[in-house]
Amino acid sequence: MLKYLIPLALFVVLVFFLAIGLTRDPHELQSALINKPAPTFHLAQLKAPDKTFSNEDMRGKVWLLNVWASWCIACRDEHPYLLEYAKTGAVPIYGLNYKDRQEDALGWLGELGDPYLVSGVDLDGRVGIDYGVYGAPETYVIDKSGMIRLKHVGPLMPDVWSKEILPLVQDLNRQGTPK
Amino acid sequence: MTRLRFLALLLICVLASFVMAQVQEEEVPSDDPVIEQRLTNLSKELRCLQCQNQTLADSPAGLAADLRREIRVQMKAGKSDQEVIAFLTQRYGDFILYKPRVTFTTYLLWFGPFVLLLGGLYVLFVYIKRRRDSFDEKPLTADERRRAEALLASASGKETT
Repeated sequence: MLKYLIPLALFVVLVFFLAIGLTRDPHELQSALINKPAPTFHLAQLKAPDKTFSNEDMRGKVWLLNVWASWCIACRDEHPYLLEYAKTGAVPIYGLNYKDRQEDALGWLGELGDPYLVSGVDLDGRVGIDYGVYGAPETYVIDKSGMIRLKHVGPLMPDVWSKEILPLVQDLNRQGTPK
Repeated sequence: MTRLRFLALLLICVLASFVMAQVQEEEVPSDDPVIEQRLTNLSKELRCLQCQNQTLADSPAGLAADLRREIRVQMKAGKSDQEVIAFLTQRYGDFILYKPRVTFTTYLLWFGPFVLLLGGLYVLFVYIKRRRDSFDEKPLTADERRRAEALLASASGKETT
């Protein structure tokens, strides 16, 4: 009897682990930058190339940095939701226009609407490398002291927004500004 | 009709590929052959995060090209391979390493196969020992010996004829 039970038990354990493996998305990687200072950048603004946009301007605020591009198909799925989130005014949303032509990016915002207060232009993807971007869209929640507190890879759908982003933003807003 | 539809779909795909092109700087190999060699060796050990089962050396993805460019820049600036790896893991985590580090969380990965091998050897040993013990060898009786010799003699007799 035991002769059959042991292999069966081993098989069940194996199936259990494989089943867990199936439910996990291999593209969702734990960011190495969580609870680390957001890498510094100084980028030209998409709509006003003579002005710069830097994460250092955002000290003392809780904000979102959304990595997007006009060539990114999933960004198009995400876009109407971003417009809605921006309208609620729950948290300021800034854009990182990733490896995009200026005319394409401006055309995209003109056609679909602009949820971003400002978008910085990362033409060669160098800032993307600093942030560990590997697939747009990506969204970072950055706290008052400039720390990355959450990274979401993929479209920011309403369930993620209401279950993860909003509670975290509210929590971070309640905290004072650390020195 | 279906053929027409197929052609229309094809046209849309082709057009879409024009519209949705990302800006990609052309990859310029370094003029220093030492750096190119180091890059080739290093990028074989790094994972392309866009297409996760390819190395940074093989991947045609835009991100892989950007990372190769970044590695060239850093090597030109005199960074060692270890420093380049540190730069990448700080940003992308250990997942970018094709050869996982030996840490507490990867013990099972590194040593699990050896544990399984030892387990298998143990099971094999026990099995063989049990089988051997189950043979109950007794010397032949005089009667059995005579029959065996008769059988052997008749068998060899047949072979010669």
